[in-house]
Amino acid sequence: MKIEINTHEKNMLRFADEHPEALVLSADLGSSCEIKKFRSTYPERYLTMGIAEQNMCSWAAGLAREGYRPFLHTFAVFLYRRILDQLEMSVAYPNLPVVFVGFVPGITTPGGVTHQAINDVATLRAVPNMAIFDIGDATEIEGVLDLAYEYNGPVYIRMLRKEVPRLFPASEPMQFNRARVLSRGTDVVILSSSICTEEAMRATAVLTEKGLSIQHLHVSTLKPFTDPTIVEAIRNSKYGAVTIENHLVTGGLGSAVADVMAENGIGKRLIKIGLTSYPHGASKMYLMNKYGIGAMNLVDAVESLTGNSLGIHDSDLEEVRFVDFLEV
Amino acid sequence: MAQNVSIEKIQKSANSIRKQILKITLERNGCYLAQACSSAEIAAALYMDIMNLGPSVGSWEPIPFPGVPGPDNMDYQRGSAYNGAPAPDKDRFFVSCCHYASVIYCALAAVGRISPDCMDKFNVDGWNMEMIGAEHSPGFENTAGSLGQTISIAAGTAHARKMKGETGKVFCMLGDGELQEGQLWECMQTAGYYKLDNFIIVVDANEQQVEGAVEDQMSIQPITQRFTSFGAVCVSCNGHDIEALIEAANTEHKDKPLVIIAETRGTTGIPPLEKRWPYLHFVGIGPDETEEFQKVYDSL
Repeated sequence: MKIEINTHEKNMLRFADEHPEALVLSADLGSSCEIKKFRSTYPERYLTMGIAEQNMCSWAAGLAREGYRPFLHTFAVFLYRRILDQLEMSVAYPNLPVVFVGFVPGITTPGGVTHQAINDVATLRAVPNMAIFDIGDATEIEGVLDLAYEYNGPVYIRMLRKEVPRLFPASEPMQFNRARVLSRGTDVVILSSSICTEEAMRATAVLTEKGLSIQHLHVSTLKPFTDPTIVEAIRNSKYGAVTIENHLVTGGLGSAVADVMAENGIGKRLIKIGLTSYPHGASKMYLMNKYGIGAMNLVDAVESLTGNSLGIHDSDLEEVRFVDFLEV
Repeated sequence: MAQNVSIEKIQKSANSIRKQILKITLERNGCYLAQACSSAEIAAALYMDIMNLGPSVGSWEPIPFPGVPGPDNMDYQRGSAYNGAPAPDKDRFFVSCCHYASVIYCALAAVGRISPDCMDKFNVDGWNMEMIGAEHSPGFENTAGSLGQTISIAAGTAHARKMKGETGKVFCMLGDGELQEGQLWECMQTAGYYKLDNFIIVVDANEQQVEGAVEDQMSIQPITQRFTSFGAVCVSCNGHDIEALIEAANTEHKDKPLVIIAETRGTTGIPPLEKRWPYLHFVGIGPDETEEFQKVYDSL
């Protein structure tokens, strides 16, 4: 699997070249958010706002009202948890095209609980007018700014940085509100997002080898959540669905799937894999193991849904790990 | 921006704002009367002399609530339409003290930007003349009910206009209790940093907030030094003296935002309010006081 480096940095430069009204606002974490080169290339379009996220958010609303397209860059936690009222009243209510580029989502930072955005999707799914994109690989990083630009309203992006695998062909960019089909099948539907998709790909490979028919969908648009192909896949499944996400099991992908299953009268089981409380500060791989967000947990869930023990062990799961996230 | 309106005429409009809101207070069993008393001259002076606005492009009569903004509703009538169509050389007006909505509506009526009967729809269910101003409320640019945010939105607007080379200014009106909000000071440090000399803040310093006198809740003193330390030019004046307000607005503020501290009293023009000061956030008039206030109304 190819590991791409600093994809957002390159993509933001490409995007800014095509859209002169795009501005980057930073709250002193620009260099941790792959935006250093943007600063040196477009100094007049890089607005340092200091460590003052509330003002940055409302200020961006003023810029957007005048036709600029502000892209706020900092860690995800500081773009929703710290400034929720500003996000809602200054930006979401008037439906302004402000893009919140939130870095180190979930457990992709060893920075501990202050740095880990674990309920951002839950929080922002409840904010009208807002779209939410959860990035899964380098190809999605290359496509998400264009989707955000085309969306008529505010956008929140759970962005990945530095070494990010390319799981999907560069020629197949992400699509708005449409799951990406990674495997077709009718026994169980696995829905994965963010860094969990790589885990789900490993699990699917082994499960398929054992004779199971798995529909694996990668979901990158978490709001809106009205993709008919998701409903159809779960309706067609024999045993139900498993979700796996880099987020709390409350309010995120799993809850969104539960909503559409109930609304569509799909009377099948759903197992939600994800965090159940605040994590602590450690490496990504350690946290995935500790909190049970990995390929083996998916296998266990599928066994539970089908009622069959498949005799799969850790050693069966293909080793396709990539470089760990070590930096705060 | 002198509009060549006489001070007497501006004072007359200020009196009419006060009178209209006293009327509403009497008729509807309460209104934000003290805010009208403290800010009537500020609002009248801004609209009639200080700000350079184009003619209103808002509907003459109030309209039903035009809906929440959203992907399918971005062409609704903005409250800012009453401050004129945006143009590079025209000023913009942000009202952060959104409890002053009735004051703004009455000011618009007093200067002929909306129907003199508009207050018939004030705080009436289903109409755009809400008690607390939002995007669609006449005279309002934005939804200001959460304090501390509008000043940043106004400053962001001023920053954008500066980057675009527009010559119009951005005005933002605040209450003094709002100066307790942390975001406001984040905004001031940034406005100073970006040298927003097109940004003018007018503070209605009536020294009262919901729970009592500002000084007794959380001191904001020394106000002037606070603003100057954050990189603004700050001047104080008597907020009931129209000439003084105009003079203050003409203060040089090269490379810096300008802050005008308009010192006011929320009882001005309506003496019976004095015995209630500082508990004047929302003024209701009981049956035993109606006569006293009615007398004041008749004399205005």
